[in-house]
Amino acid sequence: MIKFFKPSRNNLNRSLSIGFPLITLAFVDFFANTFLDTNLTAFLSDTLSYFFPLIIGTVGLYFIRIEFSGLRILDNFNKNVNSTSFNAILTLLIIFVLFKYVPSLLDWLFFDANFNGTSKEDCTSNGACWVFIKVWFKRFMYGMYPNPEQWRINTAFIILFALVGAAFFVPVKYKKFIILFMIFVYPIIGIKLISGGIFGLKWIETGAWGGLSLTLIVSAFALILCFPIGMFLALGRRSELPVIRYSSIGFIEIWRGVPLITVLFMSAVMFPMFLPDGTYMDKLMRVIIAITLFEAAYMAEVIRGGLQALSRGQYDAAKSLGMGYWRMHLFVILPQALKLVIPGIANTFLALVKDTPLIFVVGLLELAGMIGLAKTNPKWLGMAIEGYVFAGLVFWVICYAMSRYSQRLEKKLSTER
Amino acid sequence: MNLKNFKIDFKNKKRLIPQVLTISFIIFVIAYFSYNAQINMGNRGISFGYGFLSQEASFDITFSMIDYDGSYSYGRAFLVGLLNTLLVSIIGIILCTILGVTIGIGRLSQNYLIAKAAEWYVEIFRNIPLLLQIFFWYYGALRLLPLPENAINFNDISYLTIKGWYVPKFIWTNFSIFLLSVIVSIFAIFYVFNYAKKQREEIGKHVPAGLISLCIIIIIPLITFFVGGVTLNFQYPELNQLSDTVYNFKGGVSIIPELISLALALSMYTATFVAENVRAGIEGVGKGQKEAAASIGLTRGQILKLVVMPQALRIIIPPTTNQYLNLTKNSSLAAAIAYPDIVLVFAGTALMQTGRAIEIISITMGTYLFLSLTISVLMNAYNKKMAIKEK
Repeated sequence: MIKFFKPSRNNLNRSLSIGFPLITLAFVDFFANTFLDTNLTAFLSDTLSYFFPLIIGTVGLYFIRIEFSGLRILDNFNKNVNSTSFNAILTLLIIFVLFKYVPSLLDWLFFDANFNGTSKEDCTSNGACWVFIKVWFKRFMYGMYPNPEQWRINTAFIILFALVGAAFFVPVKYKKFIILFMIFVYPIIGIKLISGGIFGLKWIETGAWGGLSLTLIVSAFALILCFPIGMFLALGRRSELPVIRYSSIGFIEIWRGVPLITVLFMSAVMFPMFLPDGTYMDKLMRVIIAITLFEAAYMAEVIRGGLQALSRGQYDAAKSLGMGYWRMHLFVILPQALKLVIPGIANTFLALVKDTPLIFVVGLLELAGMIGLAKTNPKWLGMAIEGYVFAGLVFWVICYAMSRYSQRLEKKLSTER
Repeated sequence: MNLKNFKIDFKNKKRLIPQVLTISFIIFVIAYFSYNAQINMGNRGISFGYGFLSQEASFDITFSMIDYDGSYSYGRAFLVGLLNTLLVSIIGIILCTILGVTIGIGRLSQNYLIAKAAEWYVEIFRNIPLLLQIFFWYYGALRLLPLPENAINFNDISYLTIKGWYVPKFIWTNFSIFLLSVIVSIFAIFYVFNYAKKQREEIGKHVPAGLISLCIIIIIPLITFFVGGVTLNFQYPELNQLSDTVYNFKGGVSIIPELISLALALSMYTATFVAENVRAGIEGVGKGQKEAAASIGLTRGQILKLVVMPQALRIIIPPTTNQYLNLTKNSSLAAAIAYPDIVLVFAGTALMQTGRAIEIISITMGTYLFLSLTISVLMNAYNKKMAIKEK
C-alpha cells in the first residue's frame, strides 16, 4: 500500500496524476478564498478549512517529488523549490503570502492611489494620496530655499554630476585632474553658488536649506573632509611613536563609542560653550564638523584595514630605496592600501548618507525632517505613511545603487589581485 | 613601558619632535576650550559641578521600570533613562538575533524562493535609514491600530491598541526564592556541560547535556512553586469606560507604542546585518570540512552541530557583537519619537531645565562610551579564548 503511493520513476504517471490535481485544488481553493470571497471548504472546521490549501498543496508536492523523473522542468522544480517536505511547505507559504498581500499593496501604491489634485480633499479613493508628495515636492527637495533661487541648487548638482560623469569617461591621464578639481575647487564653487552673497547672487542663510539637497550637501562635505582626517588617524594608529599612537587610538575609540545623536547634541549645545564669548558659528557648519569627526574615526578604521593588509615587503622595499616616512606612505603604501579599501570607503559613505536624517536634532530639516514638518501641517494631517514611504523609497534608491556599485567594485578589485 | 626604550625616545630628535608637538597641540586645544568654557559659564552665572544630580528633577517620565515621579532627583531620572535604553537594547538584541539567524540561514537555503525572499528582505531594510523606519512604524503603521474599545484581542489575555500593547502583569510572592532557584539551575547547567565535556574528552562517552539542562531549568524552578511557597498570579488588563466615548484599559502592563516601534525598527534593521554575518560565517567554513566530516560518517545534523557551527561561530560572533553595540548606540534615536531613553530624558529634558550642557553631555557620552568599551574588552577576551591555538 505504502509502496503503491510512494512516488518514484516507475510510477511516474500515477504519481503525477495524483499530485497535480491536488496542487491545482489547493490553488483553486486559495484563489476562491482570496479573490472571490467564497470558501469552498466551508464544510470543514474553521481551522482545517483555513489550512486546507497548505495541507493539500504539501501532499500534492510530495507526490510530484520524483527523483530523476526524466522530465527536465519537473527535476528543476523539485531541486529548487521542492527538495523536502519542509521546503514544500515554505514554498507554498511564500506563494500564498505573495498572492494575498502583493495585490492589495499594489492597489494602495498605484491602482487605487490618487495622483491628481492640489489638496487633501482631492484624495477620494482608498489608495495612497500621492497628491501630498506632489504638492510638497519642492519643499522635500529644497527645504525652505526660496523658489525663484532653486535653479542654483540644480546647477550645483548638475555640475557635480557632469564632473562625476566626466571622471568616468575621460582618459586616465586627465582623470586625476578632474578628481582633484572635484575635491578642492568644486566644493567652494558649489557652496558659494548655493549660499550666494557674491556675484549678485542673493544671500540665503543655511537655516533655509533643507530637503534632499541638504542630505546630499552634508554627506558630500563630510565625506570629503573626513577622508584626510581618517587617513592621518589611521597612520597615527600604526605609528611607532607612543604619544601619537595612543592619542590616535583614544580619538578613534571615543568617537566610535558614542552614538552620532549625542555628538550632534554636543555640537548644538556644548560646543558653543567652548568658543570665545560672542563668536557664532553657523549651525550647518557645526553639524558638518561633528559628522566629519565622527565619520573620520570610522574611516580611519577602514583605512587601517587596508594598511594592515599590505605585506611587510612593501615597506621594506620602499625603505631600501631610501624613502623616508612620508615619501614611502605617499607613493608606495597609501595608493595600494586605499585601492584595497575602496569598498569599505563606499560602505562608510553609505552609512554616512543613512545617518544624515539625524541632523533633525539640531533643527536642520533634510528629507525626513521636511516630511515630519509637512505631516503636521493642519491641511495635510494623516499623510505620514505616504511621506515616509516616499522618503524611504528615495533613500533606498540612493543607498541600493551605492551598495550595488561597491559590491561590483569589490568583485572587480578582488579578481585583479 | 620599557624604560630603556623610553630613554632612546628622548635622545632621538626625529622621534621626539612630532610627539612633543602632538602633546602640546592636545594640551592647547583642551586649555583653550576650558578657558572659554569657564568664561562663558562665568558670564551666565553657572559653575561647573555635578551637584545638580541630587536636586529634585520635577519632571515626569512617561515610561519607567523603577519608581519615579517628579519628586525624585536628576540622578534617579538618569537611572530611569539608562534602564529604558538597556530595556529596548536587550529586546532589540534578542529579536534581531532570532530574525537575523533565520534570514541568514534562509539566504543559503536550497529553496530558490526562500533564498530570494531573504535576499530582498536584507536589501530592502538595510538600505533605508533607521530613523525613517522608526518614523514609519511610529507615525504610520502603529497609528492604524484600533482604539481601546475595538482592541485587537488575543484570547482575552492581551490587547493591542493604538495606545500600546496591554499584557498581563505578573504578581509574584516570594519572588526571591524563585530567582534563587533559577540561579542555582544555571550553575547546575554549567556543571553538567563541564561534566559532559570531560566525559567526551576522557572516555569518549556522549552525555546529552542539552536535554539534561532543559530538564534542570524547567524542573528546579517548578519545584519552588510546590515547596518554596512561590505563587504567580496574573493581573489581566480590563477595558474601562472613562466617559461616554472614552475607553481605556486598566490593570496589566502597558507596552507603549514608542517602545514597540523602536524595538521593531531596531531589530528589523540590525537583523539584516546579523543575517549577512551569519551567511558569511557559514559560507566561510571550507567545503572540505563538510566533506571530511561526511566521510567519517557523521550525519547532517552532527556535521552542522559539531563541525560547521563551531567554526562558523568564530567568524560570526565578533562582527555580530559589533552589531549589538551599534544597536545599543542606535537606540538613542528614541529621542526622535519621545521614547524616554537616556538621551531624551537626560540630554533632552534635564539639560533644558538645568542648562548644564557640559556636565550632562559628558555624562551621556560617558555612559555610552563605558558600555561600548566594556563590551569590546569582553569581546577581545572572548576572541583570544576562541582563537585557533596553533600547536
